Amino acid sequence: MAIQPKKNQMPVQDAKVRARNFGEVALGYTPEIAVAEANRCLNCKNKPCVSGCPVNIEIPSFITKIKEGDYEGAYAVISQSSSLPAVCGRVCPQESQCESKCTLGIKFEPVGIGRLERFVADWHNANFKGEPVVPESNGHRVAVVGSGPSGLTCAGDLAKKGYKVTVFEALHLAGGVLVYGIPEFRLPKSIVQKEVETLKKYGVDVETNVVVGKTITIDELFEDGYEAVFVGSGAGLPRFMGIPGESLKGVYSANEFLTRSNLMKAYKEDSRTPILRGKNVAVVGGGNVAMDAARTALRLGADNVYIVYRRSMEELPARAEEVEHAQEEGVKFEILRNPVELLGYNNPDDRRDPKNGSVIGMKVIKCELGEPDEKGRRRPVEVPGSEYVIDVDCVIMSIGTSPNPLIKSTTEGLEVNRHGGIIVEEQTGKTSKEGVYAGGDAVTGAATVILAMGAGKTAAKAIDEYLSKK
Amino acid sequence: MYKIVKKRVLNPTVTMMDIYAPMVARKAQAGQFIILRVDEDGERIPLTVAGYDREQGTVKIIFQIVGGTTMRLNAKNEGEYISDFVGPLGCATKTDGIKKVCIVGGGVGCAIALPVAQRFKELGCEVHSIIGFRNKDLLILEDEFKACSDKLTIMTDDGSYGRQGVVTVPLKEEIEAGEQFDEVITIGPLIMMKFVVATTKPYNIPTTVSMNPIMIDGTGMCGGCRLTVGGQTKFACVDGPDFNGFEVDFDEAMSRASAYADFEQREREACCNLFKKEVK
Repeated sequence: MAIQPKKNQMPVQDAKVRARNFGEVALGYTPEIAVAEANRCLNCKNKPCVSGCPVNIEIPSFITKIKEGDYEGAYAVISQSSSLPAVCGRVCPQESQCESKCTLGIKFEPVGIGRLERFVADWHNANFKGEPVVPESNGHRVAVVGSGPSGLTCAGDLAKKGYKVTVFEALHLAGGVLVYGIPEFRLPKSIVQKEVETLKKYGVDVETNVVVGKTITIDELFEDGYEAVFVGSGAGLPRFMGIPGESLKGVYSANEFLTRSNLMKAYKEDSRTPILRGKNVAVVGGGNVAMDAARTALRLGADNVYIVYRRSMEELPARAEEVEHAQEEGVKFEILRNPVELLGYNNPDDRRDPKNGSVIGMKVIKCELGEPDEKGRRRPVEVPGSEYVIDVDCVIMSIGTSPNPLIKSTTEGLEVNRHGGIIVEEQTGKTSKEGVYAGGDAVTGAATVILAMGAGKTAAKAIDEYLSKK
Repeated sequence: MYKIVKKRVLNPTVTMMDIYAPMVARKAQAGQFIILRVDEDGERIPLTVAGYDREQGTVKIIFQIVGGTTMRLNAKNEGEYISDFVGPLGCATKTDGIKKVCIVGGGVGCAIALPVAQRFKELGCEVHSIIGFRNKDLLILEDEFKACSDKLTIMTDDGSYGRQGVVTVPLKEEIEAGEQFDEVITIGPLIMMKFVVATTKPYNIPTTVSMNPIMIDGTGMCGGCRLTVGGQTKFACVDGPDFNGFEVDFDEAMSRASAYADFEQREREACCNLFKKEVK
């Protein structure tokens, strides 16, 4: 049988329609499409895809199960390695991970591994009626700080080994970036809640409204009887550019804008949390978070949404699918542009004019690509005298974060690097403090969901070894 | 869920509640704040800790009924519950090396100033308090302030109680009379704090202001509470809420505080109508 050169398309909501609603963009494979896509897999012996996966899912095995129509069996294979398959199938940058290693990809499009993972997880969530088998308790207690991807993964892996795990979450809802950061249209919150519920069934306790470092310190967790602590507290304070006008009304960090919309549901008309529904919105940055913010602004009713990015389309760090979706929906890419100043409204005749102090423009300067930097990305070089102003009434800064200082400042003996990231041993996630492990953005600075999950997994294994020896 | 153990109406627009939250009570210190949600789908609002009882496991909050959320909170009674209560957040008020302090509170800000004054009294400092209100009906916590202050001055805008005038008048008088304050700590409306700072600056008396900007998470994640302090961006939730008053850009803070004025007005009206219906 000849190999189908292209991936099977995943049904999506029409771009024009979805650009105005918060329903999920991609609708997922049907069983028929999933089997057809699975049949593209060559099931090669050396399994290069597995090495491309940060949590080493046995990809060819689960795809084989799909070919056989055994979707629950496929789920069982995935869940040996991943605690959050429905999430990963949606948000992993597969094109630079598993799919980039796919043998089929040498000549054709690689197998749609991410789409298949998503299909399997959704099938399980919709059809599985049984209860998970809860392992016998081994009597050891572990505390996990933060309920984002690294924390949930670490908690899940340890619970499955019989540990009594408590996850402490600062916000009122578990999920971390999966609930406050990633929008509904890309990752429905019901899916995150379902994954959290599954963990609870394995005996994981989730305590919301506890800010570790404030409500309780890491040392106090040990005093309370926890024998190991995993810190997955996530990325912290948003970065700003340090240009004039960043404190004007209508200027948000992406974290704030997305938290208002996602966690606080400000996208709903009856929400009690306000959000500025800008007509002309500029998002500064080119990562996944920037795409999420831009597409959210569009759905909140903007006429024009611009991604302002200082390099070219090639260097955009966002997932390819997100960039494509954003373009289809009408987000405009102002590439090779760098903001130099935000301009505010000021009515000299009326000090009380409520518009005073609101952002009305963004002055940008054109850039060209110069020599590659230490990471190999070509450096943007500003073109003197090329400044011009874009009319905007909302600006969203999405240029990264710096680690949260709360834990570092209250934990004696926990070493951090010069950026504030917790220093860990890469193979184990072990920190400079006995019994304390860390992973995810708290260590690396802003990265991806799957890398955080990988770190949670690594730490869970190391914690298990540490406590087994104790 | 967090139980409202006690509720006391301090004046027609200000209510005090003791909330059962033992983990927060165990750690709370004067100057810190909490974030609460009244119910599911509610917004998160920050309120400064107005007191705590570590043994009873309760934290005291005092709030002014100004918008939809505080109206909903005020509609709750003793024995009822609110959905979320997290803290203590922010840094405690610094007390090191201070022997004589002047606490300047305005309106509901006095509720936050009180535990600070009490803390200094406990530490054996000489405490002068100046508290200001619009009128006699809005006066709160007079007895409590009396109990912890070596000298208490009460001001009202209309002269209906205490002295007539603004808080900066007696502050300046005391300074001019030779009172040597190690520190002035002021908590109240932004415009009042701005003028307190303008009053103390010529005498170069270290002045701490307690900022209460718009917040969401309160844990150093969203950046909504940013302020310009000494030319740098600071986050009230993790770097504050106390800042060196001489360095705070008050005009910017006032502008940012008005960002959602329209929305807040609509929420307030919607909420008033809702409660009116319920009364009928």
